Amino acid sequence: MAEHHGMQEAHAHAPAHGHGHDHAGGPDAPPHVGWKKYVLIGVILAAVTVLEVAAVESHIFPANVVIPALMVLTVAKFFLVVLYYMHLKMDHAIFGRVFWGPLFLAVLVVLGLFLLFHIVPTWGKFSN
Amino acid sequence: MGSETLFFGTLIGTYMVYNGASVVGPYPRDVLDIPLTTISTFVLLMSSLAVVLALEFLQQGKRKLALFWTMMIIVLGCGFLAFQAYEFTHFYHVGLTLQSNIFGSTFFVLTGFHGAHVTVGVIWLLVLWFDMYRGHMGPQQSLRLEIAGLYWHFVDIVWIVIFTLVYLMEFV
Repeated sequence: MAEHHGMQEAHAHAPAHGHGHDHAGGPDAPPHVGWKKYVLIGVILAAVTVLEVAAVESHIFPANVVIPALMVLTVAKFFLVVLYYMHLKMDHAIFGRVFWGPLFLAVLVVLGLFLLFHIVPTWGKFSN
Repeated sequence: MGSETLFFGTLIGTYMVYNGASVVGPYPRDVLDIPLTTISTFVLLMSSLAVVLALEFLQQGKRKLALFWTMMIIVLGCGFLAFQAYEFTHFYHVGLTLQSNIFGSTFFVLTGFHGAHVTVGVIWLLVLWFDMYRGHMGPQQSLRLEIAGLYWHFVDIVWIVIFTLVYLMEFV
């Protein structure tokens, strides 16, 4: 209950970004971007997915072009969902910190695992 | 959600580290089906759209539209789970299990945990739909749908990463 109240309070202190953001749920509700923009983002997400699959299935481009392109497109989709659908763009900064902090740690974990299993063994010191 | 991020980060990292380490088949290229997974990815992306629409209409007090879009999330979530059930069954029939090789172990643990999260989300949204249907949830209680929606979007972004790293990268 206290957590519920806390979230609403944090939303109430969210900075107003204006320009098309509805506050449909009253002053305590988080700002929303409106259903038309939500549909547009949905269409963009679907189009980017089609682009990703086409890049892989067409076999036109070399791997050193497709792999970075896939990474960029995936990150773009990720940010679209996080910033607009999860409305972190409009929320109080505390919600962003709660999300981006652990995400940063997760990326460090993945990089750490890569370092341990793929990079360090090639130095010869720990390889069989 | 922070702990979930770390949880899936570790599972994805483990899959990536052991990718290509299987000494016996079936190998990823033998079994992964890009067209089928593209459709299931589309279904999950559209369910995220349904979430924001359901929340938008609930906050505006448009109960029927909120009920419709909440039901759409549930239907699309079940659709995604059906695709995953088909995929798992197909893999089992071609000899890929949790024990068959390192690819099977890491793949089933990663995508299985993701599927379990989708299942939890579907059950959560079913409860909210019934509450909305019985009139126990209106604009004043929209935070309940919002929190479930944040969970659902999180499950969606995890799949966005899995789709690229596990499926698409394999065929580059």
